[in-house]
Amino acid sequence: MTATTIQTQVDNGVNVEALLGAREALTEAPEGAKFTWRAKCKWVNGTHSNSTVQGFFGLGEEQQHKTEFTFDADHPEIFASEDNGATPVEYVLVGLASCLTAGVAAVAQHRNIQLRSVTATLEGGMDLQGILGIDSDVRNGFDGIKVTYDIDADASRDDIKALVAQSQKRSAVFDIVTNPTNVTVEVK
Amino acid sequence: MSRCLSDRAIDHVVLDRGEVANSWRNERWDSLRLLTPNWQSRLPGYHYDGDDPDGFMTMSEVIAFISNYAKFVSAPVHTNVAVTSVRQNGEGYQVLTDEGAWNCRALVLASGAFSIAHVPRFADAVPAGITTITPKEYRNPGQLEPGGVLVVGASATGLQLADEIHRSGRAVTLAVGEHVRLPRVYRGRDIQWWMHVCGVLDERYDEVDDIVRARNVPSPQLVGTPERISMDLNALTDIGVKLVGKFAGINGSKAQFSGSLRNVCALADLKMCRLLDTIDEWATEMGMDGECEAPHRFAPTEVEDAPALEIDLSRGEIKTILWATGFRPDYSWLDVPVLDRRGGIRHDGGIVRAPGLYVLGLNFLRRRKSSFIHGAEDDARDLSTHLACYVGQGSTRAPH
Repeated sequence: MTATTIQTQVDNGVNVEALLGAREALTEAPEGAKFTWRAKCKWVNGTHSNSTVQGFFGLGEEQQHKTEFTFDADHPEIFASEDNGATPVEYVLVGLASCLTAGVAAVAQHRNIQLRSVTATLEGGMDLQGILGIDSDVRNGFDGIKVTYDIDADASRDDIKALVAQSQKRSAVFDIVTNPTNVTVEVK
Repeated sequence: MSRCLSDRAIDHVVLDRGEVANSWRNERWDSLRLLTPNWQSRLPGYHYDGDDPDGFMTMSEVIAFISNYAKFVSAPVHTNVAVTSVRQNGEGYQVLTDEGAWNCRALVLASGAFSIAHVPRFADAVPAGITTITPKEYRNPGQLEPGGVLVVGASATGLQLADEIHRSGRAVTLAVGEHVRLPRVYRGRDIQWWMHVCGVLDERYDEVDDIVRARNVPSPQLVGTPERISMDLNALTDIGVKLVGKFAGINGSKAQFSGSLRNVCALADLKMCRLLDTIDEWATEMGMDGECEAPHRFAPTEVEDAPALEIDLSRGEIKTILWATGFRPDYSWLDVPVLDRRGGIRHDGGIVRAPGLYVLGLNFLRRRKSSFIHGAEDDARDLSTHLACYVGQGSTRAPH
């Protein structure tokens, strides 16, 4: 049994060779590793806004997504809004979930683990007394986020736990959410 | 290395900026003992021969061990000679010292991996009124003023110091990033014994998947005590030490900690279990199951529901910050272009990319045990073989 035969059996749709190649190339040329991600947001009406992403910078030049992606954000009707889209904090959960899940697939491929199904369920608790300014001791954001993975794969329970742990270790959004980030907001 | 060079009749000198075993004499805290049991204290042609093979040497015992070895091998040591610069000079190197210059064909850098106490970039932002200290300066808790202490880093150093400082009556908060959890004793035997016999310590640098990652693995959470206790985060939680996530930054007067504590603990627990699985498989394969205690697992690391994410350093709760955030080698005197952009030395198993230049004693230099005292022997033999070929006195083939 060789590594090659295992690798041809396991297919999670992740091109590990390409990822490892990129890692090697960017180790040699660290300037190319400097990326800038962008989003544009336009107010529509009330709490409804429409955001788009298309261009980003990386590998030393401007890059484009295949198409422009758009995202409507709003608040639900119980906030007297029209509910034209997910709330911004739900987008944060979506970002975290999709980042961790992509990581699970990549790490599984690298470790020769065939995934059959991966489902993440996320919950972020929030006390509205923060954003409503009722109690200054309560923070605006989540008081915690709970992610629960249900994974069916050709691996032991500990190996699956290790996949999920490694995915957190390498996740950009997990880092963004768990560590402070300087944010500069300017008005033109 | 000196012994290996003498064995090959290669003329050499050993320069030490202080006395023999200088850093063990002057740069360690009072209560420190080796993390490796006495039977593992061995150097080429020499080993511990006392009556407590499972014990752990105190610093004065380590100093005696190394000083006796220097006498045993009649090493040509020049003490109290500080190297100020090293540069290429024709076919060899010119070594300038505060006691004059040396010219040599080949040069071995054996100044160690622990020369500089590393502190995070934001260390400068610690508010005035908080004392900061590194393990290089720390000797015992009596040095610290009364009051709370934030210990940053959860490797062997951070855990040992958190333990003794908390026991001295100064409430300790421990900031925990990625770490390596190991029990002192497993199935009745020292963990170092298991790692030795099942070959983990001899794993070579050219056999592991990712040598860069392997070289950056933090030192394991171990302590050497006569009671052979295991020092882990649960033991510290039990005495009242408060755990927080990795120290992520300082915002004004607030120290901020990462929300990743649960994951770094999960990673360490899983990794420890994988090592214990390896040990169990090896024991069964070798038919050893009858000779040692049954396999068992340790309690997972306890993390409270909502560990603190920030501490206001202006509130007086914390008086001292101890940076147990690792050590780095010092190459400030090395004027040879062999450093990478992060200041580390480029080498292939200790063979530096400058002819005749070698390095010893770094983490996973040639083997997992390379940075331990007992790791020097195999590395020094390999590198002295290469060195002998280079200076033209070798009869055997050099390892690549």
